Amino acid sequence: MGEHLLDLAAATLRLATPLLLAAMGGLLSERSGVINLALEGKMLVGAFAAAVVTLATGSPWLGLAGGSLAGILLAALYGVAVLPLKANQIVAATGINMLAAGIPPFVAKILYDVTGSTPSIELAHRFVVFPMGLALVAPVALWWVLGKTRAGLRLNFAGEHPEALAAAGVSVARVRWTALLAAGALAGSGGASLSIFLSSAYSRNMSSGRGFMALAALILGKWRPLPTLFACLFFAVADAVQIRLQGLEIAGLGKVPVQFIQILPYVLTIIVLAGFVGKSRAPKALGEPL
Amino acid sequence: MLCRHLSRLVPILVLVVLGAGLVGAVATPSALAAPFRVGIVLDKGGKDDKSFNAAAFKGAQEAEKKLGVTTKILEGRDDNSAEPMLRSLADKKFDLIIAIGFSQADAVKKVAAQYPGSHFVLADAEVKAPNVESLMFEEHQAAFLVGMIAALSSKTGKVGFIGGMDIPLIRRFQMGYEAGVKHANAKTQVIVNYVGVTGEAWNNPPKGKELALAQYAGGADVIFAAAGATGSGVFDAAEEKKKLAIGCDSNQNWVKPGFVLTSLLKRLDLAVFKTIADAKQGIYKTGTTRYGLSDQGVDFAVDEFNAKILSKDVIAKANAAKAAILAGKVQVPDYYKLAHTK
Repeated sequence: MGEHLLDLAAATLRLATPLLLAAMGGLLSERSGVINLALEGKMLVGAFAAAVVTLATGSPWLGLAGGSLAGILLAALYGVAVLPLKANQIVAATGINMLAAGIPPFVAKILYDVTGSTPSIELAHRFVVFPMGLALVAPVALWWVLGKTRAGLRLNFAGEHPEALAAAGVSVARVRWTALLAAGALAGSGGASLSIFLSSAYSRNMSSGRGFMALAALILGKWRPLPTLFACLFFAVADAVQIRLQGLEIAGLGKVPVQFIQILPYVLTIIVLAGFVGKSRAPKALGEPL
Repeated sequence: MLCRHLSRLVPILVLVVLGAGLVGAVATPSALAAPFRVGIVLDKGGKDDKSFNAAAFKGAQEAEKKLGVTTKILEGRDDNSAEPMLRSLADKKFDLIIAIGFSQADAVKKVAAQYPGSHFVLADAEVKAPNVESLMFEEHQAAFLVGMIAALSSKTGKVGFIGGMDIPLIRRFQMGYEAGVKHANAKTQVIVNYVGVTGEAWNNPPKGKELALAQYAGGADVIFAAAGATGSGVFDAAEEKKKLAIGCDSNQNWVKPGFVLTSLLKRLDLAVFKTIADAKQGIYKTGTTRYGLSDQGVDFAVDEFNAKILSKDVIAKANAAKAAILAGKVQVPDYYKLAHTK
C-alpha cells in the first residue's frame, strides 16, 4: 500500500510539472492584464527547441535554456501584436498557436529531414528530477514576488488599475512586457519538460492541450500562485488515479468503461469550480489594452 | 476608425498567414512533368510517427523509386483538414488519391461522390463507392501472435496492453492480443489501458510513459503499445525500468534495441505499393482488399535488433500458431465481427 502511494505521488508530480510551469507563466501574464491563450503554442516550441538543443549539445541544462528562449521569442512576437499594436488578444493568441504548430515541422525538416518527431535523446542526456523541483519552486517564488515585493505590487496594479500605475509614473507597458516575456520563459520550460524530462524526443503536437489545462488550473486557482499550485496538483492526481483505475472491476457492475474513468478529472473540475471555490474573479483590466 | 481596426488586424493576419505557410511548406516537393501522379493524405500522426503513417510513407517512397511515379504527401493538422486536402488533390487531377487512416472515412465518402472521375484508396476503414478501394488488415491475427510472444516471454505472469484512442480498430488489436496471451498461458493476466478518447491520444508520449510505468509497477513485464506516436513513451518507460515493450504497425525494433521484444507488422507499405503498381497499369479496384497472415500483410518482426531478447523457442511456437491459424485449426476472435453480431 505504501509503495502504491509513493508511486502515485511520483506520478502526480511528474504529470503536474508541465502544467505548473505553464500555469505560472499564464499567471504572470494575466495578473499584469494580458490574456494568455498562447500557452499551448509556447509549450510546443519550448518542447521542440529543448529537444533540438539537447540533441546538439548533449546537455539538458542548455536544452532547458533553449526551450525557455524559444518561449520568450514567441512571447515577444505575441507582445508586439498585443501591446504596441493593440491587437485583439484572443485572436492574436490563436494565431500564435497556429504558428507554433507550424514551426517545429518546418525546422525539423531542415535539421533532420523529418517533419514529425526529432531523433530520440539518450537516457543520460535527459533530466531525472530537476524540472519537477523547478515546477514546485516557481509557485512559491511567485507567491513571494507578488505578495512581498514592489515589482509584485506593480504587476498587480498593471492588471487591476493600470491608470493608477501610469499616474504614479510607472510604465504599464514595461511591466506588461516583463510579465509577458517571463511567461514565455516559464511556458517554454514547461514544454521543455515534456521533451527532455517526461519523454525522450519532441513529437508532433506533443503538448496535447496541456496549455489549456494550465489555463483552467489558473482560473480554478483564482489567479493566485498557491491555489493554482493546488489546482495543478489536483488535475495531476486525478489523471494519475485515472490511469490506475482503468480496467477496474466494481462488484456487481463489472468493468467500468474507460470513457467514464477518463472523464473523472473533468467532472471533478466542474464540481469543484461550481461548488467549492466560490467566485473566481479575473484581474479587472484583463485583456484591455492601455 | 476603420483604419484603426484594420491596423490592429494586420499583425494577426500576418501571423495566420505565416502559420498556414509553414504548415503547408511541410509537404514533400515532387518533380514536375511525371506521367503518373499519386497524392497521399496522411493521418494526424504524420509521416514520422515511426508507426502507421511511416509505413504508408515507406510504400509511397518505394513506388516512387521502383515504379517511377511521382507522389505528393500531405499531412493534416487535425481531422478537419483531410477533406480540403483530398479535394485539392482531386481538383488537380491526380491519378490516384490515397487516404491513410479511419478518421478520413467520412471525408473520402464525401469527396469521392463529388469527383466520380477520380480514384480513391482508403486504408483502415471501408467506404462503399464505385471509385473507392478500401484496404483492410487482419490485425487481430497478428495481435494474437504478439500476445503469445508476450505471454511466453513474461517472467511475472502479467503482461500489458496500451491502446491509443479507444476505437473499434484498437479494440480489435486488444481482443486478438488477449486471446493470444491466454492461448499461450491461460494463467497470464493482461492489464489494459487506453491513452484517451480523442485524436490527441496518438500524439502523447508523456502520457504513454505514465501508463507504462503504472503497468510495470503493477507487475507487467511486457507491454504491447498500439498507440501510434504515443508508443515511444512506452519504449522510454521500458528502457528506464529495464522491461520489454512490443511495437506496432511499422517495425519498431530499432527504436530502442534491447527493449522492444518484437513489433506487430501491418504492411501498409506493401499494400500502398501494390495499389499504386496496379493503378499505374490501369487496374483500379473497388470494394475491400484484405491483407492478412496468408499474404504477409500482417506479421511479427524478427530482425537483428531483437535477436538477443526474443528466444528461438518462442519464435517457433508463434510460427506454429501462425500455421494453425492459417489451417483454420485456431480461431482468433475478431472484434469487428463480434461487434456486429451484438
